[in-house]
Amino acid sequence: MKVLVPIKRVVDKDVKVRPKADETGVELANVKMSINPFDENAVEEAVRLKEKGIATEVVVVSVGPDKARDTLVSALAVGADRAILVDSGDAEVQPLAIAKLLKAVADKEQPQLVIFGRQAIDDDAVQTGQIFAALQGWGQAAFASISKVDVASGKATVGREIDGGLETLELSLPAVITADLRLNEPRYAKLPDVMKAKKKPQETTTPAALGIDITPRLKTLKVSEPPKRKGGGKVADVAELVSKLKNEAKVI
Amino acid sequence: MTTLVIAEHDHARLKGVTRNTLAAASKLGGDVHVLVAGSNAAAAAGEAAKLAGVAKVLLVDAPHYADQTAENLAALVVSLAAAYSHILAPASVFGKNFLPRVAGLLDVQQVSDVIAINSADTFVRPIYAGNALATVQSSDAIKVLTVRPTAFEPAGDGGAAAVENVAAGPDTGLVKLIGREIAKSERPELGAAKIVVSGGRGLGSGDNYKKLLEPLADKLNAALGASRAAVDAGYVPNDYQVGQTGKIVAPQLYIAIGISGAIQHLAGMKDSKVIVAINKNEDEPIFQIADYGLVADLNEAVPQLIAAL
Repeated sequence: MKVLVPIKRVVDKDVKVRPKADETGVELANVKMSINPFDENAVEEAVRLKEKGIATEVVVVSVGPDKARDTLVSALAVGADRAILVDSGDAEVQPLAIAKLLKAVADKEQPQLVIFGRQAIDDDAVQTGQIFAALQGWGQAAFASISKVDVASGKATVGREIDGGLETLELSLPAVITADLRLNEPRYAKLPDVMKAKKKPQETTTPAALGIDITPRLKTLKVSEPPKRKGGGKVADVAELVSKLKNEAKVI
Repeated sequence: MTTLVIAEHDHARLKGVTRNTLAAASKLGGDVHVLVAGSNAAAAAGEAAKLAGVAKVLLVDAPHYADQTAENLAALVVSLAAAYSHILAPASVFGKNFLPRVAGLLDVQQVSDVIAINSADTFVRPIYAGNALATVQSSDAIKVLTVRPTAFEPAGDGGAAAVENVAAGPDTGLVKLIGREIAKSERPELGAAKIVVSGGRGLGSGDNYKKLLEPLADKLNAALGASRAAVDAGYVPNDYQVGQTGKIVAPQLYIAIGISGAIQHLAGMKDSKVIVAINKNEDEPIFQIADYGLVADLNEAVPQLIAAL
């Protein structure tokens, strides 16, 4: 069984992103970039499936600029077998277009399972896995925290996070899983593995070669600072806190 | 111009977030229809008919909507979409799960987590964990939006809409629900509570979380929340999580106990009216956004607070 894992290069989770002064976007110059955290869970899950003998090959794919190769290599270093870059250059590619590009890749690769991260932490859209599943006509288990894939019977059993608890779905393969943080604890790459990863097979394609129009449907008119909160107030002790909550804020 | 709101419900009752989504729909102008797709869901449809601002309720009642699977809901909504200019669902686990499928099948780029409606095609949404607000204009013929519930005051009662029965869509049979484990709680719902008591890694253990925060929440009739660090450490279940990847809350009072204030957490609570932070380290970022910061050992301060209330 082949597993495809789409991954995204994003601003590192510890960077506090700021809008540019001219409000045309966010400040990305000299900002640390990393693999999207949820995509690490997705890669980890795929690699574990391979280690258990359930998956035969783990293919990672990224849509992005040439620099997204670094992200692909980081996934190869923790156990993915092969990487595909859909080189979109500096173009903005929105989730619908990304899902279409991934569909074109999947049509060629014919994976039985595609594992996404539940959301990318840059645009926070929470869409791509679900759109892809719909375009393929496949079932989905979004926000997965527990997975068990049984290839012999062609099913995946997935526990997913819902309001107030957990629900367990049985999906017929091929299917889509989107990974939540609790799905697993991603491993770190060892340095020798990073060196070896650079020698693993990598191929490059483009939206044009895949025949997909990536023209954005949403035009960003401006990107602005959220309203600032006036915080920083202090109280000396619990008595003052209770008094302020009762008499000043009047919330208790 | 007519908007379709997809109701979130448990067949018997509407979920509160449906009212917030309806409020957002009303800002678009034009008629608003509400779709209640469920199994034996006439009661939920009846409730929707009484909401202010609803012109018509579409009730689709069939066994294959009992589990509210994304696949079946999306197939249904797509079959109804041609009559609508806008399709809205709450940006809850429910809406986030199925609405992107609708958008994909309609070849529309969904706008997620809308916090303001500037016009029929222009919307504001947070990006980068709320560190920036993007104003986006959609060029798609049908606008598909998820709406952040806390950004819109819930619609009230006062409507008297007709309930129209609509034929069911296909049963896709792509997924089967095996089971659901829902924790029963007497507390207010986290996303809608007036007061939220939230704990972080500073509590040290799940036992300490329980021992200190439950009695405080009881006193205040508050919902309980947590930072992702506390969830990752196994103190509490994931559905307590407040933040970028958990719930977005905006209560009257948010009490952050032993929470440092990571970007991801602030994204979920910084729109609270009043924020209290209790933490022994005065350099933690949570104090920068707190209205009332108390630098203290939480193991002493929280019992004192319970006693003082």
